[in-house]
Amino acid sequence: MKKPLMFAASIILGLGGMSSSHAEEGFFSSYFTFERHNEVAAVTDPDYIEECGSCHFAYQPGLMPEGSWRKIMAATALEDHFGDNAELDEDVRTHILDVLVKASADKSYYKRSKKLVSSLGDNKTPMRITDIPYIKKAHHEIPTRLIKDNPKVKSLSQCDKCHQKAAENSFDDDTVVIPGHGNWTW
Amino acid sequence: MKKYLFVILLSLSLPTQAITLDDLYKRYSPEGESAFDAERGKQLWNQKHTAEDGKIRQCSTCHGNDLSKSGEHVKTKKVIDPMARSVNAERFTKMKKIKKWFKRNCKWTVGRECTNQEKGDLIKYLTQF
Repeated sequence: MKKPLMFAASIILGLGGMSSSHAEEGFFSSYFTFERHNEVAAVTDPDYIEECGSCHFAYQPGLMPEGSWRKIMAATALEDHFGDNAELDEDVRTHILDVLVKASADKSYYKRSKKLVSSLGDNKTPMRITDIPYIKKAHHEIPTRLIKDNPKVKSLSQCDKCHQKAAENSFDDDTVVIPGHGNWTW
Repeated sequence: MKKYLFVILLSLSLPTQAITLDDLYKRYSPEGESAFDAERGKQLWNQKHTAEDGKIRQCSTCHGNDLSKSGEHVKTKKVIDPMARSVNAERFTKMKKIKKWFKRNCKWTVGRECTNQEKGDLIKYLTQF
């Protein structure tokens, strides 16, 4: 009697394991998993982590819609990447763009990605995550002295300075510690 | 399993081997080190260029005046590890990085790619620290 039960359990667990190995599996399968989709999908591509993450926080692809990533990752755009030259070899550039597009916010079933996309106004392809209405609204109560004028933060674009679990794909309020200030409580 | 795969992929993507200074000089000139001059490198390092925005750009704009200390990108505020090998032994050991940053930084600072002569001169100057 126990054997079929074990068999069923192992199939269910196996499916759970499968779904976690593909972060974004699709609309239906996203509901048939033990994984929670509250935050943003993880990015594990080693080229993305090496090339982009060595200069700045490795923003999860699910933080911007596809059109934004295409604009940002255009070869000519990378020559002036927010004031710095971030040129990549062509094969690396196309690979990273592919990684970003496949997991972009408009293709993601994660809660924050969905919220962020539905908040977009006239500009459907913002060049900065910090220009996205959802992101702006989430931070508008925080005074300038704690972010822009805070020498330990300097800009809203430095997610991981305050979001201690940003690299683990969590941007929850509870995980915020503003350097030189402490926990952020609402 | 996923973690192992990730580690394997990551290690494959890392630049495979450290390059020696001798090999590096030979990439920029068949004569090797003797083709390069630290004094010329120093002049290049300190040369001022006017950027499109009218501001002066030179290497120290972001790398700072003390090569044994961290620099900061003037626009993006990104922290740049020290150039001096006395405090940062990784400098000039990975060909992939050397190529990438010469290309990006020469274009940003000088407004064009640097020549092999200039690259060798700069390396000869910078590796004194």
